[in-house]
Amino acid sequence: MTELIDGLYREGEKIADTKAPHDVPIAQRWEQRKFNANLVNPANRRKLDVIVVGSGLAGGAAAASLGEQGYNVKCFFYQDSARRAHSIAAQGGINAAKNYRNDGDSVYRLFYDTVKGGDYRAREDNVYRLAEVSAAIIDQCVAQGVPFAREYGGLLDNRSFGGVQVSRTFYARGQTGQQLLIGAYQALERQVRAGTVKEYRRHEMVELIVIDGRARGIVTRDMVTGEIATHLADAVVLCTGGYGNVFFLSTNAMGCNATAIWRAHRKGAYFANPCYTQIHPTCIPQSGDFQSKLTLMSESLRNDGRIWVPKRAEDCDKDPRDIPEEDRDYYLERIYPAFGNLVPRDIASRQAKNMCDEGRGVGPAIKERDAQGNERMMRRGVYLDFSEAIGRLGRDAVSARYGNLFEMYQRITGDDPYEVPMRIYPAVHYTMGGLWVDYDLESNIPGLYVAGEANFSDHGANRLGASALMQGLADGYFVLPDTLNDYLADMLREGKVDPDAPEIAEARKSVEDRIDRLMALRGTRSVDDFHMALGRIMWEYCGMERREEGLREAIGQIRALKEEFWRDARITGEAMELNQALEKAGRLLDFFELAELMCIDALHRRESCGGHFRAESQTPEGEALRHDDEFLYVAAWEWGGENQPPILHKEDLIYKDIELKQRSYK
Amino acid sequence: MNIKLKIWRQKNQDSEGHFEEYSMTGIEEHMSFLEVLDLLNEQLFAEGEEPVAFDSDCREGICGQCGVVINGQAHGPIRSTTCQLHMRHLAEDPSFKDGSTITIEPWRSTGFPVLKDLIVDRSALDRIVQAGGYISVNTGAAPEAHSVPVQKDKADAAFEAAACIGCGACVAACPNASAMLFTGAKISHLGLLPQGQPERLARVVNMLNQHDAEGFGGCTNIGECAAVCPKSVPLEVITRLNRDLGHALWKGQKATA
Ligand SMILES: Cc1cc2nc3c(=O)[nH]c(=O)nc-3n(C[C@H](O)[C@H](O)[C@H](O)COP(=O)(O)OP(=O)(O)OC[C@H]3O[C@@H](n4cnc5c(N)ncnc54)[C@H](O)[C@@H]3O)c2cc1C
Ligand code: SF4
Ligand code: FES
Repeated sequence: MTELIDGLYREGEKIADTKAPHDVPIAQRWEQRKFNANLVNPANRRKLDVIVVGSGLAGGAAAASLGEQGYNVKCFFYQDSARRAHSIAAQGGINAAKNYRNDGDSVYRLFYDTVKGGDYRAREDNVYRLAEVSAAIIDQCVAQGVPFAREYGGLLDNRSFGGVQVSRTFYARGQTGQQLLIGAYQALERQVRAGTVKEYRRHEMVELIVIDGRARGIVTRDMVTGEIATHLADAVVLCTGGYGNVFFLSTNAMGCNATAIWRAHRKGAYFANPCYTQIHPTCIPQSGDFQSKLTLMSESLRNDGRIWVPKRAEDCDKDPRDIPEEDRDYYLERIYPAFGNLVPRDIASRQAKNMCDEGRGVGPAIKERDAQGNERMMRRGVYLDFSEAIGRLGRDAVSARYGNLFEMYQRITGDDPYEVPMRIYPAVHYTMGGLWVDYDLESNIPGLYVAGEANFSDHGANRLGASALMQGLADGYFVLPDTLNDYLADMLREGKVDPDAPEIAEARKSVEDRIDRLMALRGTRSVDDFHMALGRIMWEYCGMERREEGLREAIGQIRALKEEFWRDARITGEAMELNQALEKAGRLLDFFELAELMCIDALHRRESCGGHFRAESQTPEGEALRHDDEFLYVAAWEWGGENQPPILHKEDLIYKDIELKQRSYK
Repeated sequence: MNIKLKIWRQKNQDSEGHFEEYSMTGIEEHMSFLEVLDLLNEQLFAEGEEPVAFDSDCREGICGQCGVVINGQAHGPIRSTTCQLHMRHLAEDPSFKDGSTITIEPWRSTGFPVLKDLIVDRSALDRIVQAGGYISVNTGAAPEAHSVPVQKDKADAAFEAAACIGCGACVAACPNASAMLFTGAKISHLGLLPQGQPERLARVVNMLNQHDAEGFGGCTNIGECAAVCPKSVPLEVITRLNRDLGHALWKGQKATA
């Protein structure tokens, strides 16, 4: 075995993607890959079973498209209807290189912006393909009846979105995610009717079945009856979304979790870049100790709203309207005059934190724990002010653009943003890390495919706005149907898995044992209580700013908390019934392990990039400093075994079509 | 503030339900209604009792997963989803006093069987969609998006209907337990767009057949549905549904497989 590094991990062999055809230029690779892929005769498709876990944009689109092709698809999700997957919550929009605005957009520019926006930590081939298929997504959605915003001439409208200088974002008021998901959901329900897809609602995948090195099925728990079941297939596709809820408070839906990908990780799938977390700058600040989640306000608000804090800390508790212009610090406009309020998310977020850390935050003071565990009261908010926009455009025009968001803000906070500036603060929003996949979206376990937010592939260290929806649909509608074909053609020859294979019973037994162990707990603390504690550790030490000693501290605290959980937690109710405490407990156990890996990943990457700001790596002006000489790679972690250190495999990132640059938005 | 909660408890689909009362203190105005339920559950946990099961996911008014009847009204006294209801909204009611009792029940409808406590099964709504609530276009077969312009007023009206989140409040509020607002919303959304025309008449017939087969009642124009709809889906969608249905019957449109 290789040596233990930092007492925390070992380094293994390098890895690489071998599927993208590098003998042709980047613009031809996807066509070439599709051409090289094996096909499955239509009559044979119904003999092939595919499990899709997840019904969001990635899963819904994949299950519907595979069903249309005639495969026998089973689609699992934990909500009561496929239409409720977390993709539904996306507000802002979806990018596509249509150049409808004639403003110089192109596939290459979308590719370029995405790689640059991701701080050069994404794989060129995958991102290029994403840009390439983006235009077809819009065609597909319009044909399904997605009611995108339109202009008077009947054509589609566009807007520009955080960090880019062309208008390539398609949107449906503040409900883009909902409308896109309804499109995919309707396509899915059509296949349910056609008999090609079977839906398993309120079913949670709790284990992956691997036989002879291939993904062959899953173990599920029926969340209504508690029944544990195994499902076998020729391929398994995970589209289970992000794991931002490891932080407890995030903009993610309550049920978002890491269980499916973490279980796959424990069965051998590499977990890439786990620490890359996107923090979204425009969320409604936390208001109290019993908050269950944070609400995002669309980033489009930054197009017209101006962000500021008082110049002097003494002014922070004043009514903002009484603070004269000269006493306000429009800090983004001051520091980044070229981009101003529209700087990318990671920069906008970090500067908001800096202002509050300096003591110039606004709004009610919130109880916090500092790195040493001491309680302190901090104001965590900055103003997002529309008074100038209302003066310039009129109240009606502002209301036409942002009315629904203003209403939402008022409903949650009780303040009227037409009268008083909104208060915003960054919150955990999106996880760029996920299971490692190759160009085909196949993990290193043959037959296990991963799409959407659950994989790591397209966003690098920072995701630009409006590109996650694009990725989910690109993967689901256009990539998987082709790459899976190739694999399934092989599986047709391979034949069905033996239902008596011992691995199946073992997987099932491990799930039952885990549930028994949880139900036997007789402690005094609830699952939520532990989850909140985990979230506090992660936010403090592995959130917007990370340091060596803090991350080490966090690892120790996480391990202690996990032990404490096994000593002092209690799960109410019974296993064989609808039991929400049990569901949460299972997810929390996986979060504990993932949290530790996130800290190890953050610790080993001694550079700042994207949303990952290592305090030890900054320029003299306090900007994030990347170290391309040392860290130009994807960190793909292999599970080392129970209580064993994980193994780091590096995939070198090679930029041939885009020149590597330090980012600068000044 | 201090409040009492009177909550429907039911172990599972096969058992009988009953109301239980709980007292809570120290509730703050800015708390959301579901956060109060979270807090109640922590309190029940501490007392060694089983927490109340209720559904929610996004907690920002868009997924449609939450939804309970509060003091007799679906999603409570303001037009919103249950997750977007805050204690200050309840406190605005003049009859609300310190120590007031708030009654919480699951959606009431035969089409929505109770699974546990406040959680119901709304899969009937998905089956209505399966019957025809889509445009049949296969992946990859779509024409260029700008090849079919859509008149802005049509697009806007389609949007208004498309805003339905499938929460089921309309059914819970309707004395006939009719799902007509939901069904009408889908029929309007797709029927107003040029892309939705080829299947328009078959869609209305198929979806309505399924609606009736699920045990939802007919519409007698009471309007409770639109009054509680958190997304302000207008009653006109039912008018449009009826118009399409009339047209379909007149044309002799039969249900399709
Ligand atoms: C508030 C908000 C606003 C956003 N706005 C934008 C935006 O404007 N533009 C943009 O591009 N992106 C946006 N994003 C990001 C984007 O919405 C998500 O990244 C994307 O929708 C993820 O899609 P998905 O298909 O990968 O996963 P999801 O939509 O999260 O779907 C996950 C699915 O997996 C299922 N699942 C999970 N675990 C299990 C399990 N163990 N067993 C069974 N089923 C399971 C769930 O039931 C669900 O069906 C936003 C995100 C948030 C939170
Ligand atoms: S029509 Fe309104 S009330 Fe009925 S399901 Fe849709 S959103 Fe809910
Ligand atoms: S929890 Fe999603 S609408 Fe209320």
